[in-house]
Amino acid sequence: MASSQTGIQPPFEKTARSFLENTQLRGNLGHATRTIRDKRQGVVDEMPDWEELREAGRQIKQKVMQNLDHYLLQLEESVTGAGGVVHWARDAAEANRIILDLIKERGETEAVKVKSLTTDEIGLNKALEKEDILALETDLAELIVQMAGDEPSHILVPAIHKNRTEIRDLFREKLGKPDLTDNPAELTEAARRYLRKKFLSANIGISGSNFAVAETGTVAVVESEGNGRMCTTLPQTLISVLGIEKIIPTWQDLEVFMQLLPRSSTAERMNPYNTFWTGTTDGDGPQEFHLVLLDNGRTRVLADPAGRDTLHCIRCSACLNVCPVYERTGGHAYHSVYPGPIGAILTPQLRGLSDKSAASLPYASSLCGACYEVCPVKINIPEILVHLRGRVVRHNKSRGGIRGRVNPERLGMKLLAWTLRSRSRYERAQKVARKGQRWFMHDEVISKLPGMLSGWTDKRDLRPVPEQTFREWWRTRS
Amino acid sequence: MVEDTVMNNTAKEAILQRIRAALGDEQTGWGARKKSAREDTRNLKTERGYRTHSEMNKQQRVRLFVRHVEEYKARVSEISEQELPQTVADICSAEKVEKLVIPPGLDEKWLPGPESGLTYLSDEPDQLSHDELDNSDAVLTGCFRAVAQTGTIVLNAGLGQGRRALTLIPDFHICVVRREQVTGIVPEVFWELEPVIREEGAPVTFISGPSATSDIELDRVEGVHGPRRLHVVIV
Ligand code: SF4
Repeated sequence: MASSQTGIQPPFEKTARSFLENTQLRGNLGHATRTIRDKRQGVVDEMPDWEELREAGRQIKQKVMQNLDHYLLQLEESVTGAGGVVHWARDAAEANRIILDLIKERGETEAVKVKSLTTDEIGLNKALEKEDILALETDLAELIVQMAGDEPSHILVPAIHKNRTEIRDLFREKLGKPDLTDNPAELTEAARRYLRKKFLSANIGISGSNFAVAETGTVAVVESEGNGRMCTTLPQTLISVLGIEKIIPTWQDLEVFMQLLPRSSTAERMNPYNTFWTGTTDGDGPQEFHLVLLDNGRTRVLADPAGRDTLHCIRCSACLNVCPVYERTGGHAYHSVYPGPIGAILTPQLRGLSDKSAASLPYASSLCGACYEVCPVKINIPEILVHLRGRVVRHNKSRGGIRGRVNPERLGMKLLAWTLRSRSRYERAQKVARKGQRWFMHDEVISKLPGMLSGWTDKRDLRPVPEQTFREWWRTRS
Repeated sequence: MVEDTVMNNTAKEAILQRIRAALGDEQTGWGARKKSAREDTRNLKTERGYRTHSEMNKQQRVRLFVRHVEEYKARVSEISEQELPQTVADICSAEKVEKLVIPPGLDEKWLPGPESGLTYLSDEPDQLSHDELDNSDAVLTGCFRAVAQTGTIVLNAGLGQGRRALTLIPDFHICVVRREQVTGIVPEVFWELEPVIREEGAPVTFISGPSATSDIELDRVEGVHGPRRLHVVIV
């Protein structure tokens, strides 16, 4: 109920294995995370008051969560006062239904859409598709992902798992341009032309939103390409989905997040475009504005005081880029639109621990703490991970003592079986096992971790090692 | 429609009720929180230990702004206001601009005379259509403010800037920034925007360099959907 992603998802470690076998993907992701990581450090070091900004960001978010009911009502009033219409959605199905009805009532069958994790989370595109409405993705990467019928692998660079030749082939087929080369500029140009026609004639725009100001009713979209501006400016009707945790109290508070977000996210002093709109404006932009306030599990997160800070997240993706587990296993392994460290704490709380796939996520971490250090709103991700592991164990115990698919020993067995299927694998695995034992006996911290992690490192070593093994890396950190 | 309203109210009440329960309003004994205690947290002042003003003088602000804008690969010219018509004419001829979009309220003294051969597309009395904008070559505007710290141009759809579509659809944006419009750091511009937001609820756009993507193997490609070229003229 909390998520559109129903059906059984394989647990983290299973997909992680197939990712480790995909050298292309690992190459792309490694390159990407390193590039962004270094750039980010540069623009953060420029700011003498970075720590004060982080602290202000944390305090503002904390205040919001403590008074979420109040700020939501205030936002409803200010948006309504500025000419917008506010809708409330308890879950994904309700949000999708609201949006679907809005589109149908206007007799439309197509909408232009700007990348948004929230709309991915509720599975909006699929829900609309079922009723023959096309929500056209207009970010370059999202368009690529949509055309390929794929899933995004990085919050910020969703098509990071595709290389330029794959993209060229896709465009050749889907855009009917057989002569395209794999030059990124040429590929971008082809997409630009295709989408431009759509923008100029679209009647419905769909967006998420990065922030909404309770006091003034102002909604913000932060982006790089300009498609956010297109979607929020050109159509007659604009529909925006807002996770209820994205609210901030005052206009002044925006100055904090508009400094924290771009530097943490795309490692820029300011991203190319930010759009702030307040309801509707006569003769400028959409004349109809609908804001859909989405719960979909957020109040469930709020209910756990030890996990609540998860809602402070501004989706910058800095924690992904520093995460050794993410870098080596890829976004798809998280089976959620929220990958990486933030996904490991957010997804299980949003979906609840009965979701086996989600419940495996708190183990997808080595607790190294790098994510906490970079988080612009100071979410203590390692602490929440540990807390959630405790909750997972308690939850499984309460289900009659059978620990189900998150049982570390069982996973170990499965891995062993897989390893034994090939002789060379087996030989390598033996070596690993020897080292592994030593490792478990001597390292206090690690020996406390459940077998899942050791399973992960085993897999790691079964592959040729490009730079640094997990253990080497671990030693330099712990 | 009535049904929709009922549904919406039910959802609203349910969400508010969930929030209140999550925050412990309804519990008793241990863990219970008084609603008033929550309300008190709302009045807590956020510690704003970060910089809210910069120490830079005008000269320093302009220098820093120029440096940052150039890093985005936008063009920058610094001229006196009298030179504007000639500079605009030069930029337009260099970039092969024939049809130039003009927002309402733009200072006419900025515009080159008929000898430039430019055709002006005005957004009043009738608004230009999306197609007319798409067929134009460039747009010339002023701005609300600029921010040195980030190389940002701030538009608030005021006089001389026009509605948002004007600075979005044309492929080339020529933006005139007066030296005194360059503020130092981000909080300063938010402070100046506050009355604009409160009183008029005007749409605000931040532009920091031309549109860009790094979506294909992280190669930065300038110009995806927004204007592909940006020329900032400082007067
Ligand atoms: S948890 Fe922090 S670092 Fe990670 S995406 Fe959210 S805000 Fe960014």
